Amino acid sequence: MAKLFVLLVIILGVIALAQLMRVYELSSKLTNKKENEITNRDNRLNAKLMLGFMLFLFIGFIWLMLKYGWTGRGPAASVHGEQTDWLLNLNFVIIIIVFFLTNALLFVFAWKYVKKPGVPAFYYPHNNKLEMVWTVIPAIVLAVIIILGLRSWNEVTDDAKDDAIRVELFSYQFNWNARYAGVDNKLGKYDYKLTDDASNPLALMTTETIDKSIELMTSGPNGIEDLEAKLNDPKLVFSDKIRTEMEERLARKEQLIRLLHQMKARHTGETDKQAMDDFITDTLFLCKGENYEFTFRSKDVIHSAYIPHLRAQMNTVPGAITRFKLTPSMTTQEMREEKNDENFNYILMCNKICGGAHYNMNMIVVVLDKAEYKAWWKLKTEGAKDPANSKMYTTFPATFGESYYKTLQSAQEEMQKELDAAKVAEEVEGEEGEDAEGGEVEGAPAA
Amino acid sequence: MGAVAHEAHGHHDDHGHHEESFVSKYIFSQDHKMIGKQFLMTAVFMGVVAMLLSILFRIQLAWPGEESEFLSFFLGSDWAPNGVLSEDMYLGLVTIHGTIMVFFLLTGGLSGTFSNLLIPLQVGARDMASGFLNMLSYWFFFISSVLMFVSLFVETGPAMAGWTIYPPLSALPTAVQGSGMGMTLWLFSMSIFIASSLIGSLNYIVTVLNLRTKGMSMTRLPLTIWAFFVTAILGVLSFPVLLSAAVLLMMDRMAGTSFYLSDIIVQGEMLTQHGGSPLLYQHLFWFLGHPEVYIVLLPALGLSSEIISTNSRKPIFGYRAMIGSILAIGFLSFIVWGHHMFVTGMNPFLGSVFVFTTLLIAIPSAVKVFNYITTLWRGSIVYTPAMLFAIGLVSTFITGGVTGIILADSALDIAIHDTYFVVAHFHIVMGMSAVLGMFAGVYHWFPKMYGKMMNTRLGYAHFWITLIGAYGVFFPMHFVGLAGAPRRYYDYSVYESFDGSTFEMMMDLNVIITIFAIIAALGQILFLFNFFYSIFRGPKAPQNPWRSNTLEWTTPVEHIHGNWPGELPTVHRWPYDYSKPGQEEDFVPQTVPLAEGEEEH
Ligand code: HEM
Ligand SMILES: [Cu+2]
Ligand SMILES: [Cu+2]
Repeated sequence: MAKLFVLLVIILGVIALAQLMRVYELSSKLTNKKENEITNRDNRLNAKLMLGFMLFLFIGFIWLMLKYGWTGRGPAASVHGEQTDWLLNLNFVIIIIVFFLTNALLFVFAWKYVKKPGVPAFYYPHNNKLEMVWTVIPAIVLAVIIILGLRSWNEVTDDAKDDAIRVELFSYQFNWNARYAGVDNKLGKYDYKLTDDASNPLALMTTETIDKSIELMTSGPNGIEDLEAKLNDPKLVFSDKIRTEMEERLARKEQLIRLLHQMKARHTGETDKQAMDDFITDTLFLCKGENYEFTFRSKDVIHSAYIPHLRAQMNTVPGAITRFKLTPSMTTQEMREEKNDENFNYILMCNKICGGAHYNMNMIVVVLDKAEYKAWWKLKTEGAKDPANSKMYTTFPATFGESYYKTLQSAQEEMQKELDAAKVAEEVEGEEGEDAEGGEVEGAPAA
Repeated sequence: MGAVAHEAHGHHDDHGHHEESFVSKYIFSQDHKMIGKQFLMTAVFMGVVAMLLSILFRIQLAWPGEESEFLSFFLGSDWAPNGVLSEDMYLGLVTIHGTIMVFFLLTGGLSGTFSNLLIPLQVGARDMASGFLNMLSYWFFFISSVLMFVSLFVETGPAMAGWTIYPPLSALPTAVQGSGMGMTLWLFSMSIFIASSLIGSLNYIVTVLNLRTKGMSMTRLPLTIWAFFVTAILGVLSFPVLLSAAVLLMMDRMAGTSFYLSDIIVQGEMLTQHGGSPLLYQHLFWFLGHPEVYIVLLPALGLSSEIISTNSRKPIFGYRAMIGSILAIGFLSFIVWGHHMFVTGMNPFLGSVFVFTTLLIAIPSAVKVFNYITTLWRGSIVYTPAMLFAIGLVSTFITGGVTGIILADSALDIAIHDTYFVVAHFHIVMGMSAVLGMFAGVYHWFPKMYGKMMNTRLGYAHFWITLIGAYGVFFPMHFVGLAGAPRRYYDYSVYESFDGSTFEMMMDLNVIITIFAIIAALGQILFLFNFFYSIFRGPKAPQNPWRSNTLEWTTPVEHIHGNWPGELPTVHRWPYDYSKPGQEEDFVPQTVPLAEGEEEH
C-alpha cells in the first residue's frame, strides 16, 4: 500500500513537472527568452546564493565543531598518541585556515564579479610573479608539515625497548585473542599447521602439539584415514561435488602431513619452554606507563587492529607478522572520569573489511594501574611455575578474560574473587604438601 | 594527411547518399559523437543504480535494524529479511556502489563521454583515429556494465570485499559468500572494462597527437584536451597493472596458485598455499588505484577550466601553469600509491618516501585552485548551470583536498586510516568534484550533443540541491571518522556497549547524513527529467550558445559525419581570448586570424 502510494506520488510529481515545463516553454516563447541567455536577474540571484551557501558551509562547520568537540576526538590515551594529537591539531589549524580562506575567496569572487551590464571583464592571462608566490608558499608550509610528520613517524615506528612487554594479537573471523609472552617475556613459536581449535587455537609449537597434530591429521575425525575409508567404502554414496571436495581435502591433508613430519624431524624442543608459559586472553589488559611491543597475526583474511583512543592501528596479515609499539598513558578508570561515563571501555576494533560480521569484531581493552595489573599478572602466570600444570594456553578460551568483558568494576570484583579462590587453593595445596614452591612471582612488570 | 579523402566523405553524408541504417547510426555507430552519447547514457544508468544502492545502505546506517518497506521492496526477503538489510548484502551494496561510481560512472562515463565528444571536435578532426576501435571500446564498456549489474542478482550475492577487493577475502568463497560467483563476475567485468579503457585511451592519445588541425599546436589546445590527453596516458600506463593483479587473483581462485595466499585456515579448512603475500596485491592494486583517482579527476578539472573561463568571460589564468600542473599531477600520481598502505606493516622508511611524494602533489593542486580563483577575479560571470557546477567543483576540490594533507601524513594516518574521515575525504575530493564536473560538462555541451537546450531553471534547482546535499552528506562524515568510526561497518550501534557518548554522536550524525543523502538523490530526478525531456522537446540550440572560442562551436548544430561540412577549420590563436582589449566582441574564436599587430596572448 505504502509502495503504491510512493509510486503514485512520484508519477504525479513527474507529470506535474512536465506540465510546469510546458507552461514555462510557452511563456518563454511569448517573451522570447532563450535558455542560453541568462538574465541579469538570474545572474544576481545565483551570485547571492553563492554568498549564502558560503555562510551555510562555514556556519555548519562551526556548529559541528561546537557540538561535537573541536575535531570530534576525546583525549589520547597513549604516549605517542599525545604527540599524534598535537601534530593533528597543528595540521588542522593549517588546513582549516586554508579551507576558510580559499573557499571565502572563491565564493566572494563568485558573488562580487557577477556580470554587470556595461562592465567588461579584465583581460588578465597570467602573472608569473603571482604564480611563483602561490607555488612557493604552499611548498614551504608543506615542508614544515613533512618534517614534523616524519619525525613523529620515525619515533612511532622505531624498534621497541628491549624490556617492552611482548603481546601477540591474534585475529580470525570474527574475534580477537591476546597472547602474552608470560614470565620469560618471549613469545613461543607457532606454525599455522598446528592449529586445533579445541586444544591449540593459536597453533603454538611444542613437541607435544606437533605430535598431537600429526595424530589428528592421520587418524582424527576427518583425518586422512577417515577420509580414505569413507572414499573407499562401497556402501557410501556421495554426490560428485561432495566426492570431489573430499578428494581435494584428502590431497591437502596428505600434503600437510608430509610437512608436519618434516617439522617434527627438525624440532628439537629447545623452544618449547617459551611457548609453555604463554597465556591467552580474550580481553586485552594493559598497564599504564608500561612499554608494549605488539605483534599481529591473522588466521584467515586481513584484519586490522584499531584502538582509536590509543591512536594505534596495524593490519594483521595472514602469512606475515606485523608489529606496533605503544605505551598507555591513561587507565580505563581515568578515561571514565574524563568522559564522565562509567560504562566506558577502550576498544580494539577490526578495521579492515573481513566478512559479514566485520562490524562486530572487537575486543575490550582494559588499562589498569600498576598495582591492579600486577595482581592480574600474578594470577595469570602463577601456574607457570610448575611445569606439570604450565600449559596455560590450553585453558582456552580463557574464562578469566571473559569475566572482564563488561565493566572494570565487575571485573575487579571477579578478580578479587579469583584471587581469594586461588589463595584458598594454595593453602589447601600447601597443607597437602604437594606443592612446595610458591611465594614470589617472577616476570611481573618492573614497577 | 588524408584530408581529401575525408573531405569527400564529409560531402557524401551531407547529401545523404548512403542512408545510414538505424543499427549503424544508433547502435554500432563508429561516429565519435554518437559513441560519446552512448557512453553517457550507459553511465547515467549505472550512476542511478549506484546512487540507489547508497541510499539502501544509508537507510541501514541511519536506522539500524529498523524495518523498512523500501529495503524489502528492492532487496526482497533473501537480502532484507523482514525489511532489515542483511550483513553480507550490506557489504555487497557498498562494494558495487564504490565500483560502479569509480569505474563505470566516473572513468567510463566521464572520460568516455567527453573525450569522445570533445577530442575530435576541439582539435579539429573528422573523427577519432580509429572509429572501429572506438566502437569496440564502447561495446566492451557496455558488456562489462551488464556483467557488473547482473552480479547484483546472483544467488550468493555480488562481490563483498570492498571495491578494492583485497585478497584473501576476495579469494576465498568460504570467507564471505560474495567471493563466489559474485567475485568471478566482478573480475570478468573489470577485465573487460580494462580492455575497453585501454582501447579508448590509445585512441585518444593517437588522435590528440596526430589529428590536430592546421595551426592547432599543443600550446593552443584547450585545457580540456590536455586533461583528456594526460588522463589517457595515465590509463594506458596503470590499467594493465590492475589487469595483472586481477589475473593473478583469478589464478589463486581457480588454479590453486599462491600469489596472494599464505598459511590460511578458513572455516576450519586448512589450506596448503604458502609463501604468497596479500600485500603484493595491494601494491599492484594501488599502482592503478592512485592514478585512477586522477583519471577520475583530471577530466573534470579540464572541463571546468573551459567552462569557468568561458563564463567568466576571461582567459583562464596561467594557461601554461595549468598545463604544467596537469603534467606534474600526472607524473606524481604514479609514485604515491604507498600512502594507502601505511598501516599494512610496510617498511617505515618506504612509508616516509611516500609521505614526501604524496605531499608534493598538493603543490600543483594548490596552483590549480589559485588559478581558478584568479580567473574569477574581475570577471564578468554569467551563471549558466554549467558555471554553477564548475564553481561547486572548485569548492569541493579545496575542501576535500585539504584533508588529504592529514591522510598523507603517515604519523597521523595511523589514527584515522580506514575511518569515515577517509570516506569523507575521497567522496568530496574525488566523488563530488568529478560528479560536479561531469554535470557541468553535460549542461555545457548538451547543445553540442543533442542540438537542444536544457532548461536553465531546472538546472539551477538541480545544482543547489546537489551542492547542499553533497556537503550535508559528506561534511559530517569527517566528525564521525575522527571519533574513530571504522568504515565498511554495517551497524554503528555496537558502540553502545562500550562508548555511550560516541554512540549518540554517531547515531545523530548518521541520521543527518542519510536525510541529506535522500534529498540529494531526489534532486537528481530534476536532472534526469530535464535531460530526457530536453533531448526530445528542448528548444533548438543556437550555433554558439555560450559565445565560446573553441572549435566545436563552429560545427553545424545538426550532427554530420566528419563534423565540418567543408574544409577543416584553421586555428590562429589560443582558445582563451575572452574580453581581449581592442576586440569588438568579448570573445574571439580560435579560427579568427590575428589582426595586424595583435599579439598572441
Ligand atoms: C548519493 C551520494 C553518495 C552517498 C550517499 C555515498 C555514500 C557512501 C557510503 C556511506 C559509503 C560507505 C563507506 C564505507 O563504509 O566504507 C560509500 C562508499 C564508497 N563510495 Fe559513495 N556515496 C555517494 C556517492 C559516491 C560517488 C559520487 C562516488 C564516486 C567516487 C562514490 C564512491 C565510493 C567509493 C569508492 C566507496 C568505497 C566503497 C568501498 O568501501 O569498497 N560514492 N559511499
Ligand atoms: Cu576483521
Ligand atoms: Cu592515493
